[in-house]
Amino acid sequence: MTTTSRLRAALAAAVLAASTAGAQVGDIGQVKVVKGSVTIERGGQVLPASVGLRVRTADVVRTGADASVGITMVDDTLLSAGPHSVLVLDRCDYDAATRAGRLDAALSQGTLAVVSGRIARQSPDAMTVRTPHAVLGVRGTTFAVSAHEPVLARP
Amino acid sequence: MSRCWHGLERGLAAALLALALAGCATQSGTVVLLPEPDGAATAVTVRQGERTVVLDRPYAAAELTSAGPRAGVASAGDVEATFGTALAAQPRRPAAFTLYFVEQSDAFTDDSQRLFDGVVAEIARFPVPDVVVVGHTDAVGGDAFNDDLARKRAEAVRQRLVARGIPAAGIVTVGRGKREPAVPTPDGVAEPRNRRVEIVVR
Repeated sequence: MTTTSRLRAALAAAVLAASTAGAQVGDIGQVKVVKGSVTIERGGQVLPASVGLRVRTADVVRTGADASVGITMVDDTLLSAGPHSVLVLDRCDYDAATRAGRLDAALSQGTLAVVSGRIARQSPDAMTVRTPHAVLGVRGTTFAVSAHEPVLARP
Repeated sequence: MSRCWHGLERGLAAALLALALAGCATQSGTVVLLPEPDGAATAVTVRQGERTVVLDRPYAAAELTSAGPRAGVASAGDVEATFGTALAAQPRRPAAFTLYFVEQSDAFTDDSQRLFDGVVAEIARFPVPDVVVVGHTDAVGGDAFNDDLARKRAEAVRQRLVARGIPAAGIVTVGRGKREPAVPTPDGVAEPRNRRVEIVVR
């Protein structure tokens, strides 16, 4: 292990320790379920996802083969992804006092199950889930979405 | 609904699923609305460019194609086959509890004391319980007194949870004083239903 990679590992461990402690400003949710290999890409670093890890805006969650992950967002939205999935947490602004905010996530590939939370309940246009080919507007609901690249034709 | 129509729906669902699984050239995903546990009315809009499909019944589905979203119906079996792993990883749904206090005290009422064991058990079912305890008071006394009492109630509950094995690092306490009564009253009125903590766990 080189000095740089050792430093990087130490940094990653520090980030991980900081994010598993109590909720902090900037936290938008928490990993609650991990099966198999799940990573979170944050600011160029790749962290192994473990139960308890806090997630942040712009985190990219990736699941491996046979892997899955469940995340509870700060507004009580439940996001869970199946194998070979890439989920981007684009934005989650939530005001606990007014229970209003905005939540945008993107499923680049794979499968995602969603139970929407307080943000979608408070305002019908406040939550979206994008796939490479569609935008889903969430009106307070439970649903599932899959995304994969078409083999040939592009719209 | 006639059996014939039901059969047609099943056929459509099977066709949808076949397309989804084959990774057909023009198909790039599927959206399925799932039933709510409480049967509440819900909807998802699926927009591709200028075209929008609204899913507003359980198992209503949209197939994402290069020609835009195509409406259909999925079956519980289709959903399990495609989304079973994702659904199995769904976190436990957040839960909320309210417990009540003796007047001007941080001691539970007898009823709430009896319920506390059950609340602890529910919280302990969460893999890493993230708990918020918000203390409230009734409208007897000034703001400073009630802010202090509300904080004491929340803190007392935190200590009781920690004593029962709930990790302290996951518990946040807040005191709201008499500002957010469950039952609005004129100032100065004693109201047992406002002497409470609200506990949210996710």
